Amino acid sequence: MSILLLVAWIFTVLLQNSMESITALGFDFVTETKWAPNLEKFGALPAIYGSVLSTFIAMVLAVPLAIGVAIFLSELAPAKLKSPVGVSIELLAAIPSVIYGMWGLFYFVPIIRDHVGGIGISMLTAGIVLSIMILPFMAAVTRDAMNTTPDILKESAYALGGTKWDVIKDIIIPYAKAGIIGSFILALGRAIGETMAVTFVMGNVHNISLDITAPATSIPVTLANEFNEADSGLYYSSLFELSLLLLIISFTIISIAKFYFLRRKRIA
Amino acid sequence: MTHTQKRIIVNNIVMMLSTLSAIIGIGFLFWILGVLILNGVDALSWNIFSQEGAPPGYEESGLKHALIGQLMIVGVATFFGVPLGILAGTYLSEYGQQSKLAETIRDISDIMMSAPSIVIGAFVYAVVVAPMGHFSGWAGSIALTIIMLPIILRTTDDMLQLVPSTLREAAFALGAPKYKVIMQVVYRGAKAGILTGILLGVARVAGETAPLLFTSFNDNFLNTNMNEPMASLTVTMFNYATSPYEDWQKLGWAAAFILSMFILGLNILGRLFLLKKRGK
Repeated sequence: MSILLLVAWIFTVLLQNSMESITALGFDFVTETKWAPNLEKFGALPAIYGSVLSTFIAMVLAVPLAIGVAIFLSELAPAKLKSPVGVSIELLAAIPSVIYGMWGLFYFVPIIRDHVGGIGISMLTAGIVLSIMILPFMAAVTRDAMNTTPDILKESAYALGGTKWDVIKDIIIPYAKAGIIGSFILALGRAIGETMAVTFVMGNVHNISLDITAPATSIPVTLANEFNEADSGLYYSSLFELSLLLLIISFTIISIAKFYFLRRKRIA
Repeated sequence: MTHTQKRIIVNNIVMMLSTLSAIIGIGFLFWILGVLILNGVDALSWNIFSQEGAPPGYEESGLKHALIGQLMIVGVATFFGVPLGILAGTYLSEYGQQSKLAETIRDISDIMMSAPSIVIGAFVYAVVVAPMGHFSGWAGSIALTIIMLPIILRTTDDMLQLVPSTLREAAFALGAPKYKVIMQVVYRGAKAGILTGILLGVARVAGETAPLLFTSFNDNFLNTNMNEPMASLTVTMFNYATSPYEDWQKLGWAAAFILSMFILGLNILGRLFLLKKRGK
């Protein structure tokens, strides 16, 4: 129905608008490292690199924390604590990302500046803010996946003398594996397309640097900062190509999560 | 050390790590919430609601323009998004059922739910803003409608499927035509669920900033003409927070606080509806 047409329309419009840069720049667009609008030079590599690296940092930090929180919520926490903590985590997942970004700018940037180095606005800061933003979502979905393990399986393992960790490692995680991995990939898809949480703290500097305390950029950050400033046709069309790229990347990631790990359970 | 002792020690270490990470994670989240409430309450004053934007340093500045703009943009998006979403969801659950087409639509809307919102902004820019030649409140509303649609569609679909088919069959057996069955039996059974879906959908788009940046843009003064650039809480928050002026930053915190309370309120309300239904 209409939603299929809508998606197709979105793709066509983005493609149409990026035609100019696709024909003018060809494959150089994704390999060129210089982004200099005044020279009509547009290379997306720094933005792609920034998106990938900041998302990677976010995942490295958020995955263990999310598993920890999920184990705590599903197996460890006393019943009295379970529901209030669980609900507040779910509510935090609903807080708009622009607020995480604002918090990052005012409270986290100074900490990074004083204790890690650089000017505080950096790839590292963006990665950390992203990880905190996706944490509640990841923890909530992982906990739900863990909770689907039938009690009878857990009880049999305990009856054989298993410790809590044995049960988690050998019963719950294998049982809920698909759901857990699916939730991580879904969170990854969200993180890579996230705009507001990182726009505040990343700096929009088109530069590929191994120093993660230096300012950087990512695809959504570039879009948010430069869309209203683009003055030439090629500039516009490069930005459209960037958004097309982002849409394709996130569509792919989310589809993988959906089709391989989170098959919808049918209501029979 | 016996094998058992080793296992117990490993167990204890893991349990400690897990509790620790839970404390770290939850600590961070409460830190954000605390900061938000402290700064927000501090910045709140009557002026926020009664005054429009003003240059930095000016005593009498407020967020009236952004509040009204936000309400209008989200309101119009809800006005279009909710009926469309419910109708589409009804089609999926009652007419499409398990057909190939319906399943594809479900998959695509699941993916659309997590698609980057800034891309939707770029799309609306290309099809609405560029042909019109200027930013407008309408464009912002359209972007939000597109984001809201899949959420409402999927919850409606899910909730309608939860209505037992024996109810439908009973109504059919009484000779009711399909539209009557849907309107009078199925909708009644799924009312609370659909309402929750609407609330969550509205809460989700109310916090969207990225797609508004280049559709509804911003305006520092009160404007109720949807055909012109319009202020929204989120974009105002972004502009004020990244400005170097302390009183603007303070307004930014006030906007953040109002917006979060609004969204959390909607979420809690949605939960209550579901709980009440389950309680029955």
